[in-house]
Amino acid sequence: MEEKKYRAVGQPVRKKDAMQLLLGKPAYVDDVTPRDCLVVKLLRSPHAHALIKSIRTDLALKVPGMVAVYTWEDVPQKRYTNAGQTYPEPSPYDRLILDRRLRCVGDPVAILAGEDEKAVDRAMKLVKVEYEVLEPVLDFHKAKDGPVLVHPEDNWRSLCPVGADNRRNLVASETCGDGDLEAVMADCDLVLEHTFHTKACQQAMMETFRTYTEMDHYGRLHVISSTQIVFHVRRIVANALDIPKSMIHVEKPRIGGGFGAKQTSVSEVYPAFVTWKTGRAAKLIYTRAECQTIGSPRHEMELTVRLGANRDGRIRALDVYTLSNSGAYGEHGPTTVGLSGHKSIPLYTGSLEAFRFVYDVVYTNLQAAGAYRGYGATQGVFAVESMVNELAGKLGMDPVQLRLQNMVREGMVMPAYYGETATACALDRCLERCAELFGWKERFPVRKLPNGHLRSTGVAMCMQGSGISGVDVGSATVRLGDEGFFTLSIGAADMGTGCDTILAQIAAECLECPVENIAVFGADSDASPYDSGSYASSTTYVTGRAVEKACTKLKEEMCALAAEMLGCESSALEYAEGCVRRLDGSAQVSLADLATRSMVMNTRPIEATCSNSSPTSPPPYMVGMCEIDIDPETGKVTPIDYVSVVDCGTPINPNLARIQAEGGLVQGMGMALYENVTYSDKGAIAENSFMQYKIPSRMDMGHLRVEFESSYEQSGPFGAKSIGEVVINTPPPAIAHAIWRATGAWHRELPITPEKVLMGMQHHEP
Amino acid sequence: MEIKLILNGRPIVREAEPDTLLIDFVRAQGCLSVKRGCETSNCGLCTVMLDGKPVLSCGVLAARASGHRVDTLEGLQAEAEDFVAFIADQGAEQCGFCNPGFVMNTIALLRENPDPTDEEIKAFLVGNLCRCSGYEGQLRGIRAYLDAKKAREKEAQ
Repeated sequence: MEEKKYRAVGQPVRKKDAMQLLLGKPAYVDDVTPRDCLVVKLLRSPHAHALIKSIRTDLALKVPGMVAVYTWEDVPQKRYTNAGQTYPEPSPYDRLILDRRLRCVGDPVAILAGEDEKAVDRAMKLVKVEYEVLEPVLDFHKAKDGPVLVHPEDNWRSLCPVGADNRRNLVASETCGDGDLEAVMADCDLVLEHTFHTKACQQAMMETFRTYTEMDHYGRLHVISSTQIVFHVRRIVANALDIPKSMIHVEKPRIGGGFGAKQTSVSEVYPAFVTWKTGRAAKLIYTRAECQTIGSPRHEMELTVRLGANRDGRIRALDVYTLSNSGAYGEHGPTTVGLSGHKSIPLYTGSLEAFRFVYDVVYTNLQAAGAYRGYGATQGVFAVESMVNELAGKLGMDPVQLRLQNMVREGMVMPAYYGETATACALDRCLERCAELFGWKERFPVRKLPNGHLRSTGVAMCMQGSGISGVDVGSATVRLGDEGFFTLSIGAADMGTGCDTILAQIAAECLECPVENIAVFGADSDASPYDSGSYASSTTYVTGRAVEKACTKLKEEMCALAAEMLGCESSALEYAEGCVRRLDGSAQVSLADLATRSMVMNTRPIEATCSNSSPTSPPPYMVGMCEIDIDPETGKVTPIDYVSVVDCGTPINPNLARIQAEGGLVQGMGMALYENVTYSDKGAIAENSFMQYKIPSRMDMGHLRVEFESSYEQSGPFGAKSIGEVVINTPPPAIAHAIWRATGAWHRELPITPEKVLMGMQHHEP
Repeated sequence: MEIKLILNGRPIVREAEPDTLLIDFVRAQGCLSVKRGCETSNCGLCTVMLDGKPVLSCGVLAARASGHRVDTLEGLQAEAEDFVAFIADQGAEQCGFCNPGFVMNTIALLRENPDPTDEEIKAFLVGNLCRCSGYEGQLRGIRAYLDAKKAREKEAQ
């Protein structure tokens, strides 16, 4: 590990927008766009599967103030995907803006636009729809090769070879592996096999999906949206409306949280269509109920894990089969599933002799899934880490020692992680430090408190990636401005994570100036340099390196201009500490003078744009240990203490990295204990508000402690990897482990509600 | 109907529908700090002060606020500024969308109980949801503010 002294990198710098946001200044879509625009709402399907036999809009249009009602007959008939992915998207082109076939409860039936909300609400009741109700596919076990097809249409398209087949309800399927799995399994002392089930949890970001659209003064469609992916939204809206990409301009203001939800274009196409048709400005704001029932949640998965090991604790073979439920549409279906194996199996690279990973992703007539922090890894880690904890129990071994014996370590080639090498890996140090910090040994015995409650502990480890290897592009433009300040223009989207500030810290480090001297702008599809967007834990690692490169290039430009001013070769100059000076120290030009000179009779732009991509996706690693309290009378589980140690490479901003970790842990606790998704027999979701869908409050998460054990990733900016997603993965398996240790019952379906815990305790006396 | 109230210290008279919610009324008056995170009075984002007491403005009709004093974060900038800097120093504001409701309710807490314990802080703010921060950073920020305030007061003595 390199020890370097940095000025901006590694500093707990305040987020550039912190005070404005904390003081409630207008910053979000609904704050910064005009109020006098058309109100757009969607009439939604009450059925999980139906065909529209007839639809009448004449009465609705008679409501005073109504401007337009659109149905499936009004929209372009070319299919597209809402998935924010690099073209050609792995997600199938299976959507129309409005379709005659309705594939889940909440699927849009009509778009209504009116002068005010009341008119639209009245008109909504007057759209007369006759449905032909069809048999839905509600059980994702029965979807593949089942009698009912979710997408029977002829113009369905899959652009990539992901094993998709709409005639089989398949969004994707694959088999991969390494080594002779069956031979190794047969040679193992014991083979464990269990099936795990995780639900379609909601990101539940505080700002719901929302988009404003207008025609600008050039006659182009201007989209202001709460999105993580301005460039992808440009393509998606153009595809949906079947208009040229050149006619669309997308920008994002501040975003009220995303966590992957806004990596899918959930709300953009509807107001865009209204504006394109009417020429009028329009706004669509999703209700929380819409967010909960027709958003872009985590893929529900069922994972069957077979683990082969020897009595000495050597984990020799892992076999994972994942069945993923993509719901009514295929957004992120082919890609999320891969992480359930490729980011769980490689954790045991240290001892693994063979693995197999097989998956199917299926269509059903339920809410379409999307991207949610962890992106499949969360589901896979829950299953594999639970199996390893069960193995420790079976062998009577300390689960920490068992992991140290088998884990991936720096320098190892990971066959289950696309053959990548663990170039920077401090997972061993994370586990050792976490055990020390938590007091694992001392706190290991299950305790019974005087009030009868049980206290027990659990552990898990995990990994993620840093950007999508060989795909993601990050870019940055750095420019010198008056008086010697810099502007940094990016296409990555700060959704509250603080990437504007983190990238400014990287620029300040390179340009040897205070972070305050870097003004950040983004993201805007017309003005920003191209960036895939903020997802897949890519921004710090991929875009951060682009910032570094752009700064290097800008320094060369500044030296070249200074050379003209000083009448020397630029090779005789160096950039240092806010000026360009001769190497011999005989003369220098201040940044202010350089900036002034750049604006007078100058033909050399003092500006640099660089792009970056990485052939690898170096994983961040994390270990989590929890103590929980169980009330044996009610089965209620309360987290008491959660300690985690993260290897995200160099934490560029330790404060922001810590908050990422803490926020992710609490989301993981929600998934483990509280956040349930249940359906009626007609396919309607019961948890359609925060009344039923209980995300953790500050009384539900106990006490959190986060530390860093950093490795140094050579390919990342100043040694950084990523942190955004890895942080959500440990709580479900660690908490399930602790519950087993206290009650003797394994819970393999999330969330582990009090009812389940109580039932489990009745069957296994602790 | 006519709504007559004192908004952030300024008397105003406006026409509104009988079913207009206070959140929509104050946002229409430019108080854009007031946010809606749910429709079921679960998230705490829309917290405003009604006669100095925190209420969820999505659960109050504008008509009920008529004749009363309503304060939003726009009117409490000075009272907020000192404290929120400590949240900023933790990076705990994150996306910021829940911040105004959280700040309003923290102001209410500190007016009622200037020296709360950690448990009292959690209990008072339990209705203010935040999906980004994991809450721990908000607690550290409030604690740091209280410690700094105590140190200042001690110095002044």
